[in-house]
Formats: sequence, structure tokens, C-alpha cells
Amino acid sequence: MANEVVDPGRRRFLTATTSVVGAVGVACAAVPFIKSWEPSARAKAAGAPVMADIGKIELGQLVKFKWRGMPVFVVNRSPQQIATLPSLDGRLKDPNSDNTDQQPAYAKNEVRSIKPEWLVVVGICTHLGCVPEYFGEVKAEPFDPNWKGGFFCPCHKSRYDMAGRVFDGVPAPANLQVPPYHFVTDTLVQIGVNPQGAA
Amino acid sequence: MTNSLHFRSVLVRVTVALAGLFLVAGSALAQEGARLEEAGARVTNIASLQSGARTFFNYCSGCHSLKYMRYSRIAQDLQLSDDAVLKNFATADARIGDLAMSAMPDDKAEQWFGKAPPDLSLEARAKGDDWIYTYLKSFYVDPTRPTGWNNTLFPNVSMPFPLWELQGVQTPVYAPAKPGEEPVVEKLELSTPGRLTPAQYDDTVRDLTAFLEYASEPAALQRHAIGVWVLLYLAFFTLLAYLLKHEYWKDVH
Amino acid sequence: MATAPVRIQPKNRVLAWIEERLPILSFLSTHTSEYYAPKNFNLWYYFGSLAMLVLVNQIVTGIFLTMFYKPGADTAFASVEYIMRDVDWGWLIRYMHEVGASMFFIVVYLHMFRGLMYGSYKKPRELIWILGMLIFLALMAEAFMGYVLPWGNMSFWGAKVIISLFGAVPWIGDALVQWIMGDYNPADATLNRFFSLHVIALPLVLLLLVVLHLAALHEVGSNNPDGVEIKKGPKGSRFGADKPADGIPFHPYYTVKDLFGVGFFLVICAFIIFFQPTLGGWFLEHDNFIPANSLVTPAEIKPVWYFTPFYAMLRMIPAKLPGVIIMFVGIAALFLVPWLDRGHVKSVRYRGLGYKIGLGLFAASFVMLGAVGAGLTSEYIPAWFGPTADVTTIENAFGRFWLIVYFACFVGLWAYTYFGWEKTKPVPERVTTHD
Repeated sequence: MANEVVDPGRRRFLTATTSVVGAVGVACAAVPFIKSWEPSARAKAAGAPVMADIGKIELGQLVKFKWRGMPVFVVNRSPQQIATLPSLDGRLKDPNSDNTDQQPAYAKNEVRSIKPEWLVVVGICTHLGCVPEYFGEVKAEPFDPNWKGGFFCPCHKSRYDMAGRVFDGVPAPANLQVPPYHFVTDTLVQIGVNPQGAA
Repeated sequence: MTNSLHFRSVLVRVTVALAGLFLVAGSALAQEGARLEEAGARVTNIASLQSGARTFFNYCSGCHSLKYMRYSRIAQDLQLSDDAVLKNFATADARIGDLAMSAMPDDKAEQWFGKAPPDLSLEARAKGDDWIYTYLKSFYVDPTRPTGWNNTLFPNVSMPFPLWELQGVQTPVYAPAKPGEEPVVEKLELSTPGRLTPAQYDDTVRDLTAFLEYASEPAALQRHAIGVWVLLYLAFFTLLAYLLKHEYWKDVH
Repeated sequence: MATAPVRIQPKNRVLAWIEERLPILSFLSTHTSEYYAPKNFNLWYYFGSLAMLVLVNQIVTGIFLTMFYKPGADTAFASVEYIMRDVDWGWLIRYMHEVGASMFFIVVYLHMFRGLMYGSYKKPRELIWILGMLIFLALMAEAFMGYVLPWGNMSFWGAKVIISLFGAVPWIGDALVQWIMGDYNPADATLNRFFSLHVIALPLVLLLLVVLHLAALHEVGSNNPDGVEIKKGPKGSRFGADKPADGIPFHPYYTVKDLFGVGFFLVICAFIIFFQPTLGGWFLEHDNFIPANSLVTPAEIKPVWYFTPFYAMLRMIPAKLPGVIIMFVGIAALFLVPWLDRGHVKSVRYRGLGYKIGLGLFAASFVMLGAVGAGLTSEYIPAWFGPTADVTTIENAFGRFWLIVYFACFVGLWAYTYFGWEKTKPVPERVTTHD
């Protein structure tokens, strides 16, 4: 065997092939480990859609529901609160909700909701994840003398209007997120599921 | 080509060693299985699992839970819709992601049976599928027991026989007792036929066994399918590594 | 060969800068491409690198299992099922860890047998052997504690029985047992401390011992199937005039060879993981799918297969303290092999017939004791001797016979070499190769 000829080309080719095939194998073997960090079946079950009974929410009142461990704000907006919305467009970052990540298509409208009176948004500031406070009344507030009602984040002073639209000149980059939801009946909302036929 | 001869002898030795290992493992199981009937349950047979799930949720889930098993997983693995699973299998107020708990609260169960009926999530892994299959075919009437039932595989079992209307009623035939000894059940005879023929009943119990085997390890459905590809990949890699080794070792030989 | 350190001078300026301050490339080179190993390694020389591979597998899969496992008497069992069902790919990670544990012992036992066969424990490698034995001890502790973690019924009773061994210690036995458990029975506190030892303390010890094992090996150089010291042999080969004639650089020759071994080994592992993850109850026992129950002992209580030879030693002695002592002596005797063996020939190839027979009997006694410990004998005795056979008597006779053989091998090794009964064959000057 000592007289077998060494072929450097074959040696390079085999080394490269084995390395590449081995690397592919290692990469594939890494996938299960990476995927194991995804929400587990238990987390998914706990994050399942929730039913929100909105029958007892009074005009102008906010009620929080918990969905996937996050607060979801449901507000019964008064006609007065709704009426102020168009007048604020000039002071907002994204008045027309052009950022499609922040709401489903069926909530891309002036009031950012399915029914004008019912606002449903995830109550998490788009800046760094604090929960904004609800200041529903149209009156001068310490943080804004010209306040028309909305949400104010205590962490870094971001402000949102009564449709969850973010004001200009605050740290938060985007409007409050509208979760998938639909009306099961007039007084029952399911959060986490789109209306039938909507994507 | 002594090198490839050497390689072959390595292969042979490893194979023999492995075969020995499996032989020992297999025969240990076979020994235990002497008095058990072979279930022949196939976890990969989805139709069988569906039928077994129906039997389980009709006859067993009133008392026994599958507390590590989610309805959503059953729906996905058994190729059923969420709605069908919720409607046919789940307790009234259950949601699709819930665990398959029994309808019976534990404290009530203890009151009625003396002890809570065990959870069956891992029954097939603890006892084996042949045991479950044989157990469900070994009930017979015994008026001396509080439930009226006894079992040749599990003497003085505390569970009443829930499948009797399917199998019918078996009565024991005793072997002639030696003086001073308790009579021993020699075989069971079907004294009152049930809704199913014996062959149909065997199929039902086989399906139920398959479902419990699935429930004890849902991953079994995935691992067989993935395992084939992993083995093919590794075989290819090993071949490449062998060629590479052979190439480099030309320097040495 | 014996790691004369080489200095690498990289052309790349960044690497050169690093190398001047931290000679990491030089270190790697010294221990791979400049480490000269005998060129006649055979099949038995795969198991060291395979043990390293399994160690890495256990660490990686263990880190991930620790992310999902919850130590605690009320949570452990359910969290294992959570891993098996709810965590994406959790079943695979768990099976890799579980099969890895058994494969670890298979590989280590074969590695140790290799050492006995070719005299790798003999001067100048006594310390490598001692360090290896310490690794084996740490591995046994690691495996035992890992086995307790799922908190199945076998976990519980395994913990109970093994911890009770310490009750045989005179005077302080009972207090010691209670101190280890932190309770009056294996309980939440026991599980928690075993978890800590299993995931951090013992792995650190194992890693340290492995580093020392390899450092000691690279100092004196590898043995080989001929038991010839290549360092003392002639010099000069295609790799350099000052290199041992029978040595080849570990890298690339043994790295590519081990790569092939790894591939072959992984095929076997993958087959078990994907198609036989419990291996018919040998790698994962049936009774461990029943949650821990302090009131019901499993009908067939026995340790996992890799402990069964030692468990049999314990069972074959009809008294508690002597049984425990015999078992520990059975392990301790292995530490003494470098000094029990007075012979000067390393490899079994050139040793006397007595050594060959002794080695065979030793392996047989280990396997047979394992069979007794695993309960195979009590299963087969009725089949072979008829249903009325007195299983206990026959099993004890069989087990004690092999127990005596096991210890006779050590005594015999000493006597055989001390009194000069061994007739060795001449050891060749150079290593032999197949072709």
C-alpha cells in the first residue's frame, strides 16, 4: 500500500466535502435546541384567546383584560372622545395607522377599531413595554395643557390619543397595538381571534 | 486491501456486540410477556388511534385522566378538528389547550373506589401495551368482589369492568382444585355475548391500547419519521469520513 | 513527542499579536498536529474520543434540560413530562441525554478494558489510570444523581437504597443517611441537593479530571496495542528526522480516524434515540414512568444496567456491612491494578497464557455479575432448571462463584506476576501493523 499515490486534489475535495456535510449536520442538530426556546404548548394554551364580557363597561370607562399575560385595554369611548380624534391628526406620528404591524387591516381606520365606540388595544407602550395610564377626560393635564383624553406612559412620558395613536415628540415609535379580536355578540368580545373572513 | 478487510471486521464485531445487546433486551421482555397476549397495537395507524380515542373518552375518561395530554395535541396528531375533539372528547367547559382531566374530582373518586383511579398518561410506558390489552380481556364476574368483577391478570382489581356491554360477560372455569388450596381460574368463557363479536372486541381493545401507547409518548409519531432521515444523513457522513480517513492514511501505510 | 512545546508564529498580524501574549495556537498545535501517537491504534482506541463526545453531548443537552426541569418532589415528574410533550423538541433533548448516559458507560467500560488489555495502566501511565478511575467514580455519582431527578418510582427507591448503603458505616451510619437525605426519607430536600450536585458540582469535577487525564496522557504519550514505547524506539520518519519512527501526528491522522468512529457511533446512538429510546426498559426503566411513591416499592427493584455488577456484589453477601465493603473493594481494587501487576510486558499480545485467561475471566465475571444484578438469572433459572427450582439458592451459587472469580483475578494477577509464573513472549522493537 505504501506505493499508493497521494492525490492532493482528492484530499482537498474530501476534506471540504466532509467539513461542509458535517457543518450542515451540526447546524441541523442546533435547530431543536433553538426551537426548544419557543413558547411551549403550555404557554400557547395559557395564551389562548380570551373572552371579554364588555356588557358592564360604562361610557368612557376602561377595563383591562389579560391575554397572553399582557393587559388588553377595552374602552367604551364616548361620542365626545371619538369626536376629538380627527382634530389631533396634525400632532401625531402616524395618524392614518400606516404602520401595518400595529393593527389588523380591519382596524386601519380613523378610530382604529371594528366598532367606533369600542377601542381594543394592547396596553403596552411601544417604547419599552411599560403599561400606559388612562387619562380619559378632556382637560388640561400636567403633561399636556391641551389634553383631549388618551393614554400617558409614566416611564418615559409617551402619550397616545383615544385611538391609541402616538403623539409626535415622544419616545414611543408606534401606535398602541390592536390585537386580533372580534365580536361574538354585542356584549362579548373574543381577544386573540380575527373576525371570520378577515386575515 | 487489508485495510478494508480490517474495516469489515470492525463492522462485524460492532454488529455482533449490538445484536447481543438487543437479544438480551428482547428476551428479557419476552420472558415477562409469557402470560400476556400480544396486543399488536400500531401507534402509526391514525385510524386505530382515532377509534381508540373514541373508546377511551366514551368509557374511561369518566374516571381516568390523561393529565399530561392536551386536547389540542390529540386533535393535531390524530388529524381531527379542534371542534370535533372538544365536542366528542372533552369535558363540558374545557378549552382546546387544556389537559385531558377526568370528569371525576379526586376526592369523590376516593370516596367511591377507596382510591383515586390512576392517571393513564403513562400507563402504556409503565405496564407495556401487551399488559393493557390482556388486562382488558381478562375481566370476569365474581360475586365475592364489591364491584362484582375480578380479573385474571390483576387479581382483586378495584376497577369495575366498563367495557362489559361491548365484550359481554365472561365467567370463570376453574381448574380442579387441589385439597386445601383456592381454586385457580383455568380459562374464561363468554357466558353472555356483548354488542361486539369477540373479533370486534379484540380490535376495539387493540385500538384503545394503541391510543394509550400514543398518549404515553406522543413524540413517538415524530421520532420514527425523523429518525430515518437522521440515520441516512449519519450513514452518508460516516461514509465521507471513512473516505477521508482512507485518503489521509495513505501517508501512513 | 511527549509534548515538546512548539511555537507557532502566525503571519496574520492580529493572530501574531494574540499569539505573543496568549499562545493558544501553539498550545493547540502542541496537542494535535505536534502530538505524535503510535500509528498502530486499533478499534479499541476509539473509545476515549467517543467518551469526550458523549461528555459534550451530556453537557449541552443537560444545559437545555435544566431550562425546563423543575427540581422538587411535587414538580420534577411533571416537568419531565412537560419536556417530553409541551416543549418543542424537548423529547429529543431528553432522549439524547438519557441514551447518552448509558452510552457513556458503554464507552467508558470498553475504554477501561482496553487499558487492562494493553497494559495502559503500567509505568509510566499509572497516574493516567488513577485519574481515569476517579473519572469513573465521579461518573457513577453523576449518573446516580441524574437518575434520581425524574422522581419516578425507580428514582425514589434507587435513591433510598443507594443512600442506605451509607447506613452501613459503623457508629455514624444512621446519622449520615439522614444528613445526606436532609429528611427521614428521600424527599424534596434530597432531590434539590442532588440536582445541584448533578448539574454543577460533579460536572466541574468531571471536567477537571478529564483535563488532568489528558494532560497526564500527553506528558508520557499514548500506549498502543503492542505496548511498545515509541519514544524509546528509533527516530526519523517522513514527518521529521527527530520524530519517532512509529509515531504519526494526532492531527490529521487520528482526528480523521476518530471522525469516522464518531460517525459510526452516532449511527448507533441515533438508532436507539429515535427507535428504541428505552431499549426495552434497559436505558429507561418501566417503573420509572410511575411517579415516586414512598409507600410502594417496585416489584423488580434494580439499578440501571451500568451499576448491576456492583449491585450484585452487594446482594451476594448475606450481611449489610460486609456487602457494602465488598462492593467498595470491588471498585477500589481497580485503582490498585498498576501495583498488583508486577509484570513488565504491557500488551496482552505478548503476555503469558495465564494473563489472557485471567483477563477473559475478569470480563466474564463482570458481565455475569451484571446479569445477576439485572435480575436476568432469576428470570432464566426457572426456564432452565424447571419451575420448582430454588431460584435464590441457584442464583446465589452462580453469583458468588463469579464474585470469587472477580476477586481471584486481582489476587491471581499479583501472584502470577510476583512469583514469576508468567511466561511472556518477546516484545518487538517496533510496533506491528496490519500491512
